[in-house]
Amino acid sequence: MIPLVELVPDVEPPTEVMGIGTSAPRLEDRPLVQGRGCFVGDFKRPGMLHAAIIRSPYAHARITGIEVSAAMALEGVHDVVVGADLPSDTLIPMRQFRVPGAELFLQSPMARDVVRYSGEPVAVVIADSRYIAEDAAELVEIDFEELPVVLDAEVALAADAPRLHQGTPSNVAGDMVIGHGDVDQAFASADLVLEEVLRIQRHAAVPLETRGLVAEFDEAEGSLTVWGAAKIPHVNKGILARLLGWEERRIRLVELHVGGGFGARGEFYPEDYLIPFCAMRCKRPIAWIEDRDENLRAMNHSREQIHHVSVAVRADGKFLGLKDELICDTGGYIRTHGMTVPAMAAAMMPGPYEWPAYHCHVQSVVTNKTPAGTYRSPGRYEANFVRERLLDMVAHRLGIDPVELRRRNLLAEDVFPYDAGTTYDGHDVIFDSGKYELLLDKSIECFDVDAMRRWRDEPVQGPLRRGVGMAFFVEKAGPAVKEYARVEVGATGEVVVFSGTASVGQGVETVLAQVCASHLGIPYERISVKHGDTAVIPEGMGAFGSRAAMLGGAAVMLAARDVREHVLKLASDELEAAPEDLKLAAGGVVVRGSESKRVAWSRLVELNGGTFKEEGRYSCEFLGYPYGVHFAAVEVDTETGGIEIKKYAVGYDVGRCINPMLIRGQITGGAAQGIGGALYEEFAFDPNGQPLAASFMDYLLPTVQEVPKIDILVTEDAPCPLNPLGVKGAGEGGTAAVGAALANAVSDALGVEVTALPLSPERIAQLIGGNQ
Amino acid sequence: MTVDISLEVNGSRVQGSVEPRLLLADFLRDELGLTGTHVGCEHGVCGACTIQLDGEPVRSCLMFAVQARGHRVETVEGLAPSPEELHPLQQAFHEHHALQCGFCTPGILMTMEALLRVTPAPTPEQVRTALSGNLCRCTGYQNIVTAVLETARRLERDGSPVEQASAP
Repeated sequence: MIPLVELVPDVEPPTEVMGIGTSAPRLEDRPLVQGRGCFVGDFKRPGMLHAAIIRSPYAHARITGIEVSAAMALEGVHDVVVGADLPSDTLIPMRQFRVPGAELFLQSPMARDVVRYSGEPVAVVIADSRYIAEDAAELVEIDFEELPVVLDAEVALAADAPRLHQGTPSNVAGDMVIGHGDVDQAFASADLVLEEVLRIQRHAAVPLETRGLVAEFDEAEGSLTVWGAAKIPHVNKGILARLLGWEERRIRLVELHVGGGFGARGEFYPEDYLIPFCAMRCKRPIAWIEDRDENLRAMNHSREQIHHVSVAVRADGKFLGLKDELICDTGGYIRTHGMTVPAMAAAMMPGPYEWPAYHCHVQSVVTNKTPAGTYRSPGRYEANFVRERLLDMVAHRLGIDPVELRRRNLLAEDVFPYDAGTTYDGHDVIFDSGKYELLLDKSIECFDVDAMRRWRDEPVQGPLRRGVGMAFFVEKAGPAVKEYARVEVGATGEVVVFSGTASVGQGVETVLAQVCASHLGIPYERISVKHGDTAVIPEGMGAFGSRAAMLGGAAVMLAARDVREHVLKLASDELEAAPEDLKLAAGGVVVRGSESKRVAWSRLVELNGGTFKEEGRYSCEFLGYPYGVHFAAVEVDTETGGIEIKKYAVGYDVGRCINPMLIRGQITGGAAQGIGGALYEEFAFDPNGQPLAASFMDYLLPTVQEVPKIDILVTEDAPCPLNPLGVKGAGEGGTAAVGAALANAVSDALGVEVTALPLSPERIAQLIGGNQ
Repeated sequence: MTVDISLEVNGSRVQGSVEPRLLLADFLRDELGLTGTHVGCEHGVCGACTIQLDGEPVRSCLMFAVQARGHRVETVEGLAPSPEELHPLQQAFHEHHALQCGFCTPGILMTMEALLRVTPAPTPEQVRTALSGNLCRCTGYQNIVTAVLETARRLERDGSPVEQASAP
């Protein structure tokens, strides 16, 4: 099944070095609170020019002419680049979950003939300033011939639907089936079968810093440097090299401060080719900073799925089978993620329960909307909404308490490692460890769910209705198989960790310093962490899928232990003391108990013949599966359709905490995003495919007024047996089940079954209307 | 066409010759190099670009640089008494994990500093109301509210002068 590894104990007590398990304040914070950070918009190069991208105002149209002469004539304009200027065969490849046929739906960095969503790049203006570039963009005349638009994935599936991409048999970019067991038999033997259609709306990551790049071409060296990389700098260096037909060593990607990622920032987008291309063409450094209108139309959207789902259960609530027809609206093109999001939804749909039979047919369908990719807890947010909503419907029909229904079907502790019977990108989904019912019990007690229910049952006057909902889920963590680290200690005792992970603001520097502290034996604040510069770090897989602490942490641990071993060996000889009697300190290595006996770092480095330097590489083919439960108590105003979250609680088992304060921060922030997706955020379009939410006036991010205090219980009952730290990754559990739990709470309040997100006032009005 | 302007920024007299259409945010960032003021939406919703104009928090993406002529501007770079020290709010944000990516943080600090000057002992509701014009996508806000309340408590206890720290 899966290779199990032993937990490796720390070398010093955590509290002495602020190592694993302590809420160490972040090393990242100081420049950020002082306003001395360097985000890409803050970064400048000598002679730098500025780019403005002209984007299609149409959702589907043929470009019949582009006239750039008036723009070129404007003072301060250096170049106007159009699709025909690019090599004709340049297509942005899939980096994950490729399926045969999907390559016919890939996006060119700039449209040449046909545009397929409002926001697709059509031309780039290069000028002395962004102000001039935008002036010139107004002077570029582009003729479009409108084509029929398809905005609904189910309409796009029809045989006579307008075809988005020539030479394709249909608008289905990806088609797959997964499952196990005999579903027909399960449904034939069921006491209750429910069939439902459940929908999740299009919304997205929307980090507060928009995207941006500064690209510089060194003609003499024949090299290219791109600042503003994020998430996966090394992977994107490889993609850019392939697209340019260059050796990778001629390209350097550099991560600066990153203003939030959440899955969307750092994928290889059209602009990641266009801006370097323009820098090479103009032979000047070029900056492009996305504005918010562009960001909301061009960065990956996510989540939009329709599920025709049915469930078969016994009268006693025992689950027999689950069937799902999953349609994912992937927008105008297949981007880097390929089938990742719907395939992940299909793979994780069974959740923490035992299902004798499961069948899921997945179709990824193109429409004339912004292309889609991942957003925090991709596929799981959707699947958890579908499954947990359906289970509450079953509970209502059978007259079984929703908590009790789940309890009767949760996987038992003794089944792990557990083959969930699904696959993801060629790998079996095997839950590594779990004590699901224990977490359920602890959460019910910790959050006083009985009191939530008593509150719900109190008589209330007027238009308010109260409801309580829950959702149980399994998350996944630690993709991309391998990670790199190097730990160095120099003559002054300065410790530097070089990691192949990346920072998207989550606190990875602090966490890796803590891991290093625990296994090298030096306080974390003496350790600095470098990441994200491909010229300094030889390899790396970046930060996504809750992987940095798991794989990045394990790699740091291996390197730190090797450094420690070498240091102690030399110090032991020098001090004539046993290695176990020695301790690493700021000034050097000391003898425990008689700390005046010491050897300085400068001497140790001299004995070593140079800086201590060890590499660590950690590989694991299998994923870790943290799990959790959300509870929500809501008050719904039946007059206004408004929803007030009176209490929100998250119980999450992460295997082992490296930094409890940061994990709680991840859960709280993740829950806030989940609340946005459940109640407020939606990319709506008019019948012509014009985006109706292209500013923060219309795309509603939750403010502090919409996010209540999040009650959190973090447990360490099921350490991950796949890595020597026992950690599972904690970035996504706060988000994963918010749509599900809030929909269940609102259904409970109204006595009507919610079947779609978001729970906007209009939707609440419809639900109440349908009930009358 | 450019217009000559003169204003006070973080206690220093600053002169410039700017296009009338130049946003105050861009003037601060590009002309003065004060890149701590971030631009998150350019339409006045997100609050990342919040600075103080004559002590009042304002959106620097909704003002032209010429409108700041003759006024007093404070940015996040002027918040701490020195490069080595942190303002009590900055210290509390660090201790309470009130920031993750840090992009929204300067605007929030400038908004909250103004709140504490006017309302030295705010209730949680007052903090939430004052914060409601600033978007944060990472933290879920809870730790920000906690850090601001903790700062108020410390300032009351220690009598540390917010006014002096922010307006040298």
